[in-house]
Amino acid sequence: MMTDTIFALSSGSPPAAIGVIRISGPAAGPALAALAGRLPTPRRATSAWLHDKAGDLLDRALVLWLPGPATATGEDMTELHCHGGRAVIAAIEMALAVMPELRRATSGEFTRRAFVNGKIDLAEAEGLADLLSAETELQRQSAMAMAGGDFSHTVEDWRERLLACSAGLEAVLDFADEDDVASLPADFADQLNSLRGGLSAWLAAPRAELLRDGFRVVLAGPPNSGKSTLFNALVESEAAIVTPIAGTTRDVLNHSVALDGVPFRFADTAGLRGATDDPVEAIGIERAQAAMAEADLVLWLGQEGEGPVRAWEIEPQIDRPGHPVKASPRHRVSALTGEGIIVLRSDLVETARAAMPRPGQAALNARQHRLLAEAEAALAAAGGHGDPLLVAENLRLARLAFDALLGRTTSEDMLDALFGRFCIGK
Amino acid sequence: MARSSTTFDIIVIGGGHAGVEAAAVAARMGARVALVSFDLGAIGAMSCNPAIGGLGKGHLVREVDAFDGLIGRAADAAAIHYRMLNRSKGSAVQGPRIQADRSLFKAAIQALLREQGDLTLVAGEAAGLALEGGRAVGVELADGTSLAARAVVLCTGTFLGGTLFRGEQRMTGGRIGEASAQVLARQLREADLPMARLKTGTPPRLDGRSIDWAALPEQPSDADPWCMSALTPERVNPQVFCAISRTNERSHDVIRANLRRSPLFSGAIGAQGPRYCPSIEDKIHRFADRNSHQVFLEPEGLGTHLVYPNGISTSLPADVQLAMLRTMEGLEAVEMVVPGYAVEYDHIDPRALRPSLELRAIPGLYCAGQINGTTGYEEAAAQGLVAGMHAAAEVLGRAPAPLDRANSYMAVMIDDLTLQGVSEPYRMLTARAEYRLRLRANNASTRLTPLALDAGCVGAARAEWFARRSEAKAALEGALESEVTANVLATAGLPVRTDSGRLPLREWLRFGGVDLAGLAQFIEGGLPDDADLADEVAEDAAYAPYLVRQESELRELRASEALRLGDDFAYAAIPGLSNEMVERLTRARPATLASAGRVPGVTPAALAALLVHARRQAA
Repeated sequence: MMTDTIFALSSGSPPAAIGVIRISGPAAGPALAALAGRLPTPRRATSAWLHDKAGDLLDRALVLWLPGPATATGEDMTELHCHGGRAVIAAIEMALAVMPELRRATSGEFTRRAFVNGKIDLAEAEGLADLLSAETELQRQSAMAMAGGDFSHTVEDWRERLLACSAGLEAVLDFADEDDVASLPADFADQLNSLRGGLSAWLAAPRAELLRDGFRVVLAGPPNSGKSTLFNALVESEAAIVTPIAGTTRDVLNHSVALDGVPFRFADTAGLRGATDDPVEAIGIERAQAAMAEADLVLWLGQEGEGPVRAWEIEPQIDRPGHPVKASPRHRVSALTGEGIIVLRSDLVETARAAMPRPGQAALNARQHRLLAEAEAALAAAGGHGDPLLVAENLRLARLAFDALLGRTTSEDMLDALFGRFCIGK
Repeated sequence: MARSSTTFDIIVIGGGHAGVEAAAVAARMGARVALVSFDLGAIGAMSCNPAIGGLGKGHLVREVDAFDGLIGRAADAAAIHYRMLNRSKGSAVQGPRIQADRSLFKAAIQALLREQGDLTLVAGEAAGLALEGGRAVGVELADGTSLAARAVVLCTGTFLGGTLFRGEQRMTGGRIGEASAQVLARQLREADLPMARLKTGTPPRLDGRSIDWAALPEQPSDADPWCMSALTPERVNPQVFCAISRTNERSHDVIRANLRRSPLFSGAIGAQGPRYCPSIEDKIHRFADRNSHQVFLEPEGLGTHLVYPNGISTSLPADVQLAMLRTMEGLEAVEMVVPGYAVEYDHIDPRALRPSLELRAIPGLYCAGQINGTTGYEEAAAQGLVAGMHAAAEVLGRAPAPLDRANSYMAVMIDDLTLQGVSEPYRMLTARAEYRLRLRANNASTRLTPLALDAGCVGAARAEWFARRSEAKAALEGALESEVTANVLATAGLPVRTDSGRLPLREWLRFGGVDLAGLAQFIEGGLPDDADLADEVAEDAAYAPYLVRQESELRELRASEALRLGDDFAYAAIPGLSNEMVERLTRARPATLASAGRVPGVTPAALAALLVHARRQAA
């Protein structure tokens, strides 16, 4: 029985105008009473002063007390609509975390409880997952293609073809005495190869992560080369703090934004310089290098030719007299005046779009990719084996991978994988 | 009414392959057992093909043998021809098969039964069951005798409501010339059990003296001295050869011209027969493009001239059978001693059974063999063993051996039967076992004898043998841990690349072209005398990467096996489960979540809902 009580921030990342914290489980009521000093009338939005255990004021919030089972999760629930600042939310979460019967929700746990309590079925849960994670038009179209069953139909077809191969092989193993089936069909190896070819094509196609996480663009270069200014211009916000002091950006700052419907994840990084006495800055530089390694594209603002291979040479700060001039930059920009930014942005959009699954093309997520790779490896091993028993075992392994792709498995892992796709708190 | 009343722990009805194993294992476990049969002289009779083993079936024989059962030892005592099917392939799909002398086999079974503890043979017709509060508490015999017991095992084969068909003829009974348990069949029908009908068939029997053997290719008995049972020290009978003839266009013409006279085609038999063992008229009708089919001519014994023509089971009229036979090479002048026939019989829908083979509707009543919709001696023997073991364990208050799909073909079969039911007579195939690489014919003792020992199913002689074998196995495995360099092996003439380094002997066995015999000179203590043991250890080494990979699969399987649903699981009460799913699951009553996943047609969404609710119930 699920007797513990979970909580999570259900709204987007702070800072925001308001933050909604949801609590679900038997201790949802007592937790609200502890914070607000009383339990308000059920299902009525009530204003309350929230205090922590020590009696310190946390926030003035709108609170909702929703006794189960007529709730989203089927359990007792509390909602705290508080002010959306980072500090406020962190303080309230801390006050909840120290309550012994409460713990932070894991990914997808609210939906999982709703499912467990019969509030939604599995199909609805999957639909919800797709709906929640689709933020851009491209993502939505790809989600529709997946949900529409493009990939499932393909896997069903592979599975049928695999079964036909297995049947031919099993006949040889189990009916060796019958003169009809003494040897494998002549095209057995061709069948396996053509099946494997189909899998390989899917494995080579762009992954769904690009859609979900965005095309990762990392801005890199030496300190004070204007990375943060350009970053702010590209994401169209003042996300990065800009000062003339070298080493202002110490950590990797990520910002997701959709440009022309294409999801991007821009990263502003600490300026790269050889020697620093500041251990914090040193860590920042290390992280910058890690971010560059994982990037889909690096915009290089440093000295020409010193960036990573395949980085785009950017000549920044062209508004500044005496700025370093590059011989053949891909773009010349001034984040301050906006010169060149529109051209850079549309170049980025074109490039990212080309690297992404086409609109309406179903794309694989990491789990599907791993399972498909397993099936492909098993088919490869089957092709290379003389022992029909091991060929059969490899075909069985490939079939297991297909079954897992189609959800034909009883394991807790399958549910974990499904519910792990939800943002915490949804 | 009752002339006398005697009390037993367990009564087994039927003295076929299922019945004798059920009675014997219960007696070995210490139960007081009665075995009831129409005719005590017919106990252990082989009603159809006088062969034991084959692909998948040989595995079952070895597994029953690992539980100290009778079939393997009786097979060796009666074997007049040994053949290892699939010899060129791995032992996981090898099928040890023997031709048995019918009378020697029957005599061996009857002799072995006498050594199985407190076992009484009772001659009589089981007229009906004694029921008390819905439980089976004994058996009423046709002569008025009543026998009381705490559990009854029903192993009545095709005797249950059996009808014989040959051409236009109809006869009531199981085998030719024997009575059929019509009363018992009626009682089971009245108990409102789910029943259905299946059919099976048998070919004509030939007089071997009228066959022109010289005209036919011979199939000799295997030269290497393997045996069916681990306890058989060596072969005891002279070995005979079989021969192969074929049907031809003329044979097919004879059959085609008379198809209307076959009960299979006239509509007299409506029940489904096995797809993998069709009658010759079926083969010719369905595979019209084939102009010839193999026929194995198998001698039925040393003291008889009867020959079993394997491959031409038929229910055509006797005159057509003879005409067809005489079209074949070597059989031009053949005499037919008994014509073939088809049998249609009742069976219980095995989904009405628990995995222990106890009927859910009648506690204390276990069913094994053809009555559960299977075909074959080996399938029957294995079910008899399982039913007898569970009945005895229940009565004696001890734990039965834990069998599952990852440790035995027996469990694969029972799981298939009790979850999926049957649409044709069920026969074991190696393709049915997903963990085939670990369920090999040569490692049955390693897999099962320890479990059988714990459950009390094993006699002293086998226990001693197993202890010795375990020692020898450990010694060989220890010797295979010693390391040898590629250079040394290459010098000894083994096909390894000299830069492959230094590895334990065990790992070298994974390399193509390296086998145990090749490594013999490097094995401390040399190769064991027991060839099966050597093969087993070598295959364990060769398959190691695959076996390791299966472990994670098995962990998952066992986790879902641990989630019990039970007989009373209220499927209808689960929110979000469709009526169709409720109906499928209620009919199969899967014992665990893992078995629910094997019920045909159950969807992933339904399983997810089950998973969650089973977990909440368990908590």
